[in-house]
Amino acid sequence: MPKVTLIDAVNMAMAHELEHDDSVLVYGEDVGVNGGVFRATAGLQEKFGENRVMDTPLAESMIAGMGVGMAAQGLKPVGEIQFSGFIYPAFDQIISHAARLRNRTRGRLTCPLVIRAPFGGGIHAPEHHSESTEALFAHIPGLRTVIPSSPQRAYGLLLAAIRCPDPVMFFEPNRLYRMVKQEVEDNGEALPLDVCFVLKEGTDVTLISWAPAMHETLQAAKQLEEEGISCEVIDVATISPLDMETILESVEKTGRAVIVHEAARNVGVGAEIAANLAEKGIYDLKAPVERVTGYDVTMPLFKLEKQYLPSVARIKDAVQRTLEE
Amino acid sequence: MKTAAKFEIPFVQYLDPKGKPTQDLPKSASKDELLKLYKMMSKVRIFDTKAIALQRTGKLGTYASSLGHEAAHVGIGTAMIEEDAFCPMYREYGAQFVRGVKMSEVLLYWGGDERGSNFSGPKHDFPWCVPIATQYLHAAGSAMAFKYRGEKRAAVTVIGDGGTSEGDFYEALNAAGAWKLPFVGVTVNNKWAISVPLSKQTACETLAQKGIAGGMDVVQVDGNDIIAVREVMEQALKKARNGEGPTFVEMLTYRLHDHTTADDARRYRPDEEVEAEREKEPLIRLRQYINDQGWWDEDQEKALVEELKAEVDAAVEEYQSIEPPGVEDMFDYHYEEITDPLAEQREVAIKEARRNA
Repeated sequence: MPKVTLIDAVNMAMAHELEHDDSVLVYGEDVGVNGGVFRATAGLQEKFGENRVMDTPLAESMIAGMGVGMAAQGLKPVGEIQFSGFIYPAFDQIISHAARLRNRTRGRLTCPLVIRAPFGGGIHAPEHHSESTEALFAHIPGLRTVIPSSPQRAYGLLLAAIRCPDPVMFFEPNRLYRMVKQEVEDNGEALPLDVCFVLKEGTDVTLISWAPAMHETLQAAKQLEEEGISCEVIDVATISPLDMETILESVEKTGRAVIVHEAARNVGVGAEIAANLAEKGIYDLKAPVERVTGYDVTMPLFKLEKQYLPSVARIKDAVQRTLEE
Repeated sequence: MKTAAKFEIPFVQYLDPKGKPTQDLPKSASKDELLKLYKMMSKVRIFDTKAIALQRTGKLGTYASSLGHEAAHVGIGTAMIEEDAFCPMYREYGAQFVRGVKMSEVLLYWGGDERGSNFSGPKHDFPWCVPIATQYLHAAGSAMAFKYRGEKRAAVTVIGDGGTSEGDFYEALNAAGAWKLPFVGVTVNNKWAISVPLSKQTACETLAQKGIAGGMDVVQVDGNDIIAVREVMEQALKKARNGEGPTFVEMLTYRLHDHTTADDARRYRPDEEVEAEREKEPLIRLRQYINDQGWWDEDQEKALVEELKAEVDAAVEEYQSIEPPGVEDMFDYHYEEITDPLAEQREVAIKEARRNA
């Protein structure tokens, strides 16, 4: 089995679906000849032709809006927005139309659209390249929001997203694109889109994270283990709909929860998880739920980027605070 | 100085406001066809009048009238084939009735019931689009799907004059041109975007010329002349279905009613302007023409109006007899399968509805 990076896995999943389903199209700015600015679509146009892998004019709303049209007429479009920070012009089409089409027509028209975008900070990029916007999309009824954080989950979840009859926002943590390699079998097996992944079992505290911050979370867990603290680690991955069942089960066992995300704290997905823990798991909690998040500021340029992002030290501190209770 | 490029905007009209031919009429303007079109336009008008009355008496929510647009809308609808896709805005009932959407479904939608958007007529047609210009991209995407599968189908979309100021409008024209899509974009230029007149909307001499920037054929047509509208649309659609690229059509008409029933156009629009435009409206001129040909008379007109009123009344009755949706109706269509968090909320809402029953 080949060892591949997360971005290779994304490429493999698209190639698999292009190969097996004629209704799948990949399109976006620079996805064709250039293979995407991160190379996520490298080689796909060569293999599948210009009709299946299309370079588009530079227009984000068009990518989403035409995706709605294509999806409604029976295709499975997979559109790329070059950076998640460029997604705002497409936001209207995504929330006003992609998310609502099925409901507006009581199921007569559906929108099996996937919008992919590199996601998150930590890559020393210019302004508007490093946004963490999952909460904006998770708030919208009718959408699914997915962020894999390993090559295996990227492959399985992207397959699932493309096959899903609902519109899916598929964010790819660009910081992790080439950070680790993992064995991924190109076997066409999809992963569920509504279940959290328990990466490691533990008994003292549950660490709940997703996206690029998963990397620091796993590191923190490893160091804490070495210090004798047993951590259960959950990769939420499918942000919306949110699988609270897995999280609640874990917290029932550990009694402590630390939520880690890169996005700003205010009204973030962490707040939703914390509220659910308060509503349904309060009697299992031995300590207040901790959140380690980005600050409520615009993602800074890279001189301050590291100080914005949740660090291993901040995560460990939060775990220590829950243990002090 | 050298000229880099030059453009012309053709203008098409067959009947002047007095119903007199301005050129030889096309073959499609036969007696049977024109009587059919006249009846359809009359139906739209009678429906419209009734819908406004229903709103005024609290039996309908806010309603967007299509008064004065009958030729544009019926012309678009009758030029299309069933396989084409229609991406309307929110007042193109004329086109939709031709395509099989029921009057009771239009009423259901404006009566605040989403089930109205699950209408009869081609299953692939888009529902009414209230956010301005977004539907242009849905049509471009639909056209892309038809082209991709090599189908002889086209997508038609409609926008008002105000909508041509929107970004999505330009993005759609640009994409349709770049990909040579089977796309026909229409702007029904009714001179007013709620209270903003065309002169404040754009410095362009015509709206049609905006299509030139998209690299496509453009045409301006007298939108109160159904013969011209249908002819132009048929040609544009034939071209699109044959893979010869998109067209942008500007239809010149006038909004004779308020923007919607929630609007009062007297606040911003001079009465004299409306009165002058009323003389040019589409039903008068076609009726004059078919009268002049000896194909229509006062008795036939009276009989038609009676017949259509009865048809509209029956539709209203049908609309009013539809049971309100159950509370679960707002939960059941967001995802193909209801999600766990939503299923939980659905139960709560059903319980709550029972308690309040």
